[in-house]
Amino acid sequence: MSAINYDSELKRAGANATRGWRRLTFLAQRYVLGTIGLFIMVIFVWTALSADLIARFDPLSVDSAHRLASPDARHWLGTDSFGRDVWSRIVHGARISLAVGIGSTALGASIGVLIGLASGYLSGWVDLVFQRITDILQALPLLVLALVMTAALGPSLPNVIIAIAIPLIPTVSRVIRANTLALRELPFVEAAKSIGMSESRIAFRHVLPNTLAPLIVLATAQLGSTILTEASLSFLGLGIPEPYPSWGRMLSESAAEYVRTAPWLVIFPGVAISLAVFGTNLFGDALRDILDPRQRG
Amino acid sequence: MFAYIVRRLALMLVTLVGISIIIFVLLRIVPGNIVDILFDAAGFVDPADKANLEKELGLSQPIIVQYLQWIGGLLHGDLGYSYVSEKPALQEILPRIPITARLAGLALLFSASIGIPLGVISAVHQGTRLDYVLRVVSLSGLSLPSFWLGLLILMASVSLFGTMPIFNPNPQTWAEAFAIYAVPAAAVGFRSAALTMRITRSSMLEILRQDFIRTARAKGASERSVNYRHALKNAILPVITVIGIEAAFLIGGLIVTETVFNIPGVARFLVEAIRWRDYPIVQNLVMFIAVVVVVTNFTVDMLYAAIDPRIRYGD
Repeated sequence: MSAINYDSELKRAGANATRGWRRLTFLAQRYVLGTIGLFIMVIFVWTALSADLIARFDPLSVDSAHRLASPDARHWLGTDSFGRDVWSRIVHGARISLAVGIGSTALGASIGVLIGLASGYLSGWVDLVFQRITDILQALPLLVLALVMTAALGPSLPNVIIAIAIPLIPTVSRVIRANTLALRELPFVEAAKSIGMSESRIAFRHVLPNTLAPLIVLATAQLGSTILTEASLSFLGLGIPEPYPSWGRMLSESAAEYVRTAPWLVIFPGVAISLAVFGTNLFGDALRDILDPRQRG
Repeated sequence: MFAYIVRRLALMLVTLVGISIIIFVLLRIVPGNIVDILFDAAGFVDPADKANLEKELGLSQPIIVQYLQWIGGLLHGDLGYSYVSEKPALQEILPRIPITARLAGLALLFSASIGIPLGVISAVHQGTRLDYVLRVVSLSGLSLPSFWLGLLILMASVSLFGTMPIFNPNPQTWAEAFAIYAVPAAAVGFRSAALTMRITRSSMLEILRQDFIRTARAKGASERSVNYRHALKNAILPVITVIGIEAAFLIGGLIVTETVFNIPGVARFLVEAIRWRDYPIVQNLVMFIAVVVVVTNFTVDMLYAAIDPRIRYGD
């Protein structure tokens, strides 16, 4: 049996890379897939923010002379049946996907956190009522609930964000509630109580920060599914209304009939959706490994 | 155990009543009902005609009366009439269920038969290049929208065979039945196969670290026997939960896939009914989906206790 080489073992575990740039390069080497995911996400966000600079045409301008043009030097990814430039529409579509992704995740997570904290910390009838509401929301698949919600609220960007956020609430509130229940029994909460801290202060200053890691992990994981749900809703014609260039909507316009004649209308928006979701999933996985080691697989 | 089952059944009832109220109210805050839609197309509207039609469809009554009428009807097996086809809603919904159920069953079969073995292989070869590739493939499975996967399959079918599979309720040959059911099922099942694989992998990794696995190896059991007979048997519980939950949630994937492949199942019918504001169809279909989800969850929990003798509820 050879002696253990402590230096190399410590280096492998990242013991000398605890902060700053060294920590980042250590993590990037250790979680290659996560780094790729982060890279994709950065490109996605950058595209959304600077869509006006990247797009070569106005995504809404109709050009009847160039309808269904195949990809060439002028229209990199071709044009659709109205002669609108597909590349410009995809670039602007990133804005919609990002807005819905971040908007619904943030909205769903904040409401979920409040409900989860109240449920776990106050228990009693508050918990009972919230638990039943959670049961009700969880008994319907995400897309079904979102479909009925958009139908009820009407198709618009804020309504789509709300419709997708509400089905997310139970998942978040369940996790926060379970965490809160466990934390409530710990000595530091007892200590805070014994020095006369108010209940709400304990809940927000001591319990909440300790549930942040699982919350961030969960929110990142949900980001991908919100983008997918928006794409599905728009694909079904019940999401973002015309003429906004939503990726899912682009596929519904081009659906089965263009499979034969204009494959670029089917391929490129789908690649955009898949890449964006793939990036958030890769990043979310690495984030879970880093922040929530208990779940590491 | 008995007390637990009674409690669970009571909770299921509460959930279903809650859903019925939420759906009913949601559908009625929609701006514009079917009467508006019908008259919009007609152009000139005689308010008397409109009021007559609303009365005929029961839309002029107070919302609580409408709700109680619906629930009362449900309990008698009377789901009301479709506004669009004017046929009984039950007659519209029932024939579409077997089509969707067949797709869902095949999708689950696909997901279990691909996801579980790949999950075991990935766990056994943890950290190798094979594991890496399988993990990336499974993550991509969670990232591809299933409607896009369906469109890509249609595209491939056009370029390979020059034609697309068109739904036919009575397939003549095995090949036709395969194209009609198995292909869309695979498009839906790809996502849940990826999910099943991920759960199998992490559950297997946890089990493979345990002492009894070392004991099995020490007594000379073959790798195959250790992986499948000792480890998988103990790692399968969370996998069953996920497959059970997926079974109920497949409907989301089926909605878009049935739309892409033009399959007249219940999932696509829901979208059509929502577009037409056909309340009787929408509310009954949503209730049907909720019942399926709630009953599936309950069955999975019971199955858990049956499979694993360590699990006892309610004591």
